[in-house]
Amino acid sequence: MAHDPRSAGLTGLRRPSAGAQPEYLYPPYASSIKRAPTRPLILLPHTLAEVTGPVFGYDALGPTDNDLTRQHSEEPLGERIFVSGRVLDVYNRPVRRALIEIWQANSAGRYHHKGDTHNAPLDPNFTGYGRVLTDDEGRYAFTTIKPGAYPWGNHHNAWRPQHIHFSLFGAGILSRLVTQMYFPGDPLLRDDAIYQSIRDERARERLIARFDWPTTIPMTGLGYTFDIVLRGRDATPMEQ
Amino acid sequence: MSQDDQDALDGLEMTGSQTVGPFFRIGLEPLFLPVVAGPEVRGEHVTMRGRVLDGDGQPVPDAVIETWQADADGHYADPASAPTPGAGTGFTGFGRAPTDDEGRFSLATILPGRVAGPDGALQAPHLVALVFMRGLLRHLVTRVYFPAGPGLADDPVLALVPAERRATLIARPVAGEPGVFEWDIHLQGADETVFFDA
Repeated sequence: MAHDPRSAGLTGLRRPSAGAQPEYLYPPYASSIKRAPTRPLILLPHTLAEVTGPVFGYDALGPTDNDLTRQHSEEPLGERIFVSGRVLDVYNRPVRRALIEIWQANSAGRYHHKGDTHNAPLDPNFTGYGRVLTDDEGRYAFTTIKPGAYPWGNHHNAWRPQHIHFSLFGAGILSRLVTQMYFPGDPLLRDDAIYQSIRDERARERLIARFDWPTTIPMTGLGYTFDIVLRGRDATPMEQ
Repeated sequence: MSQDDQDALDGLEMTGSQTVGPFFRIGLEPLFLPVVAGPEVRGEHVTMRGRVLDGDGQPVPDAVIETWQADADGHYADPASAPTPGAGTGFTGFGRAPTDDEGRFSLATILPGRVAGPDGALQAPHLVALVFMRGLLRHLVTRVYFPAGPGLADDPVLALVPAERRATLIARPVAGEPGVFEWDIHLQGADETVFFDA
């Protein structure tokens, strides 16, 4: 092993507050019952292995990765929207070159996936895949269409609210986050087992994008903003 | 005091996690990297493979495993010079593999070198592994070590795990297949894998 400067004054990552993250076992979400761990988790010290992580460059991105409406010969059906925001760490610092991967259903509520058996139509002009890398101020933006709601088998007459899946890489592997962005005013949020798995109401509501006039483009589409906060390393050294 | 200054003082709460759901392939497949280290990468080439099993012992066909590791010398990717995962050749330390219909995954990589632990003592060679699937509202964090690896007996993280559960974090060599290791991830049950509060 050689000396790694990142191990000097190695500091931990702050842990989330109670209720701000879902528990693994949340029985209203039926799939958690056979998949959630049952034994106590072991508290992990944060070593160099945990605070480092993959590093992404703009070479990873294709020209239409951030515009889900331009990936096929014609435009997809649906309501065109502009989603943008900032990726910050818990110390309110922008996360630069954070890779964001997104996926979503089409405007009819159907995924371009062989496992999706919902009897809504596929759209030959929509895959529902996107990628973007944040800039030096942690900003990202992409263009897409508003996904449809769709039924699922969690309980009788269960419907997922409209949402876009987000996967993010921050400064280290433990900053990794997968979440879902929802839309304001969606009546399905109240009975959605996945959304409601976050007990803290304020934390839950931070998953709802805000409608945004400044990014709404006349005669073109509505703007929504969605800021995301990742774990980050403390600025001050911690006792080892 | 500006709002930004106040936020810096108070800190922000991290965004809540939500499941990857059943259709993550749409978004995550472009970065499936089951080959963590191609033949050009220096080191002892190994395969880490296994199955993901649920509380009924049934295979999980819709999981995705991500791994993070040091190179053969015990170095992690340097932000100033590391290649981008998936954008070309070279070692980045990052792997991502889905499970198949039988719950199987496989990653081709190199044996990592040893890196410093919390007290400066060397850790045994290991991969950090993240596990994502429908049913997991938050991903799981675990580690996999190599059998007969140097320092296994006094690895500072393994030492935190009750002795009778440590075997769940150590891969098995495969008879007749040199360089191949098997590691099953049991979400529940008598052999439940150790997961960390990371």
